[in-house]
Amino acid sequence: MRRNAQTLPVEIHGWGRHPRCLARQATPLSLSECVSAVDETDSLIARGLGRSYGDSSLGKCVLNMRGFDNLQAFDEQTGLLRCEAGVSIAEIARVFVPKGWFVPVTPGTSCVTVGGAIASDVHGKNHHVDGSFSDHVTEIQLLLGNGEQVAATPSDHGELFKATCGGMGLTGIILAATIRLRPIKSSLIDVTAVRTSNLEATLEAFAHHDATYSVAWIDCMAKGKNLGRAVLQLGEHATSGGFACSENQPKLSVVTDMPSFVLNRHTARAFNALYYHNPVRKTTRGTVSYPAFFYPLDGLGNWNRLYGKNGFCQYQLVLPLAVSNDGLRTVLEHITGFGCPTFLAVLKLFGKGNDNYLSFPIEGYTLTLDLKNRPDEMQLMNELDDIVADLGGRMYLTKDARMSEAVFKAGYPRWQQFEEVRATWHATGKFASIQSQRLGLE
Amino acid sequence: MKNILIIGATSAIATATARLWASEGHKLYLLARDEERLAALAADLKLRGAPNVHTAKFAANELAGHQKMIEQAIAALNSLDVVLIAHGTLADQKACARDFELTLQELNTNATSVLSLLTHLATKLEEQKSGTLAVIGSVAGDRGRQSNYVYGTAKGAVAIFLQGLRQRLAKSKVHVLTIKPGFVDTPMTEAFTKGLLWASPATVAKDIAKAVAAQKDVIYTPWFWRWVMLVIKMVPEKIFKKLTM
Repeated sequence: MRRNAQTLPVEIHGWGRHPRCLARQATPLSLSECVSAVDETDSLIARGLGRSYGDSSLGKCVLNMRGFDNLQAFDEQTGLLRCEAGVSIAEIARVFVPKGWFVPVTPGTSCVTVGGAIASDVHGKNHHVDGSFSDHVTEIQLLLGNGEQVAATPSDHGELFKATCGGMGLTGIILAATIRLRPIKSSLIDVTAVRTSNLEATLEAFAHHDATYSVAWIDCMAKGKNLGRAVLQLGEHATSGGFACSENQPKLSVVTDMPSFVLNRHTARAFNALYYHNPVRKTTRGTVSYPAFFYPLDGLGNWNRLYGKNGFCQYQLVLPLAVSNDGLRTVLEHITGFGCPTFLAVLKLFGKGNDNYLSFPIEGYTLTLDLKNRPDEMQLMNELDDIVADLGGRMYLTKDARMSEAVFKAGYPRWQQFEEVRATWHATGKFASIQSQRLGLE
Repeated sequence: MKNILIIGATSAIATATARLWASEGHKLYLLARDEERLAALAADLKLRGAPNVHTAKFAANELAGHQKMIEQAIAALNSLDVVLIAHGTLADQKACARDFELTLQELNTNATSVLSLLTHLATKLEEQKSGTLAVIGSVAGDRGRQSNYVYGTAKGAVAIFLQGLRQRLAKSKVHVLTIKPGFVDTPMTEAFTKGLLWASPATVAKDIAKAVAAQKDVIYTPWFWRWVMLVIKMVPEKIFKKLTM
């Protein structure tokens, strides 16, 4: 469909709906349109489905890549899938699960594009076994700031590959990629839920269980002897049950901004208590569809509206394994001391990190919580920043909307190498987001 | 397995519908302006399960070429079970208000070219005594509004033409479907701030595939637009002319 030239800025925001910005958007539909957008614009940032929470896909000029959503080739022997950057994980699953293949790594929503998954180097519940998304990417087609295209692989232009994976879109426009899918025998997941009564028990459970997928919902409202109580979810791909693929479309949608007062510390405490006591026995087993296991929130469309019109921040930190046990206690005590309502907080044990310059995961525990955009919560996050920095940890850029330059540079000590690679490959000054400017990247 | 011709196949709604049909294993013949994008889409559709995907370049406003193009499609597919006409542009109403050349261009692309294609296709399907003609119109064609009456005029003309065809072709067992999408979040509408009324191309595609299978006459998609437009059509002209929509 031909489009009339439109250059009026439109208000956009990330999944947390805070902050918001006016952006000129272009939706290129062909390589030549993409090249001319890069030629004509400075301070450009690519955007996929807008699922990063903060300001990493916001900027003055935004290149909306969802028009690049074609599958290109699939090798049934090796599981290698080549596709354009705007293809979503939901789409890959919809097409390939019935054929017996699954994405090697998936975040907690299927509504992310392959380009976004690479730029954020997303992780999933299997990080301790399979690493991050980019560990399964064999090639990236990248459009550079000078309008040239380059294919980067772990061995060919390896520096550019390492900067692009986890590089928040700041090395160029990801056009296409090749990823290795995982063979599965069923679309179902065998799940075990284990209830733990305090932090020691939770960490013990993580260390003790060796499931492919593991994650814990943790009660960030519980104090004292209940501090760190959790429900650990362990999953394995089932070996039977067929590939019947349930529709992964939201059945319910939040159609309006929820009044902000609905989510308060009392409803949060009640919600958390109900969630904790939901598995009746200490350990429960069952089999669920893959969307129910990996993407429970995708079933509730626009759930981000629940936090009201001011939006929210998702805060995700990781602590090095050596300090994780005591560090987590410090962090949790600080959070419960503040009394801010937190609903679905998530704890996960990462395996070893990879060699990319800005990829988030390092070996240790990662904790994620959603916090309303209010002064108290902002204060809590600022204080947590200092605690995490002191412990040698860091925050996930994909969730971030507010971290200071100093905290970023302390947490990501290889940022200078990242900047050198960007300079070599014509990205400096060309690609920028509100986040990259806030974090002091050129 | 059906033989399906899609005209304007690289439009967001047509692409989403083609992907649904591909996953059901139908044979596809795609027409669009940009051959690079057509080739990329054809590869995608084959991976999704289409046993056969033909493509050809199509220029909507070269009316003289329409008949031959349709004949080539029929030759490749043997018969036509479904035709989806989806090409179009969203007129810049403010520019059109001052410039009739521009208005004419929009009317040619969105109305005249569609009527030309329909004229050729109707004859073929009438001879064949089967098949579905599905055309993407718009809620904008239901009532003229100052914000987009050029686009609305074109879509309204197409809707009336389709009403006539539907009556004429009913005795030949040819199904004619008028599709009236509301706001759809596509590259064509990238300059609009999206609110709650906006639907994804995938949602619209599902409605289209369902309506083709169920042999519906006119659909609004998503469904609530039927009621929104009913209200809008009921407002008396005396009051309507004072509104700012």
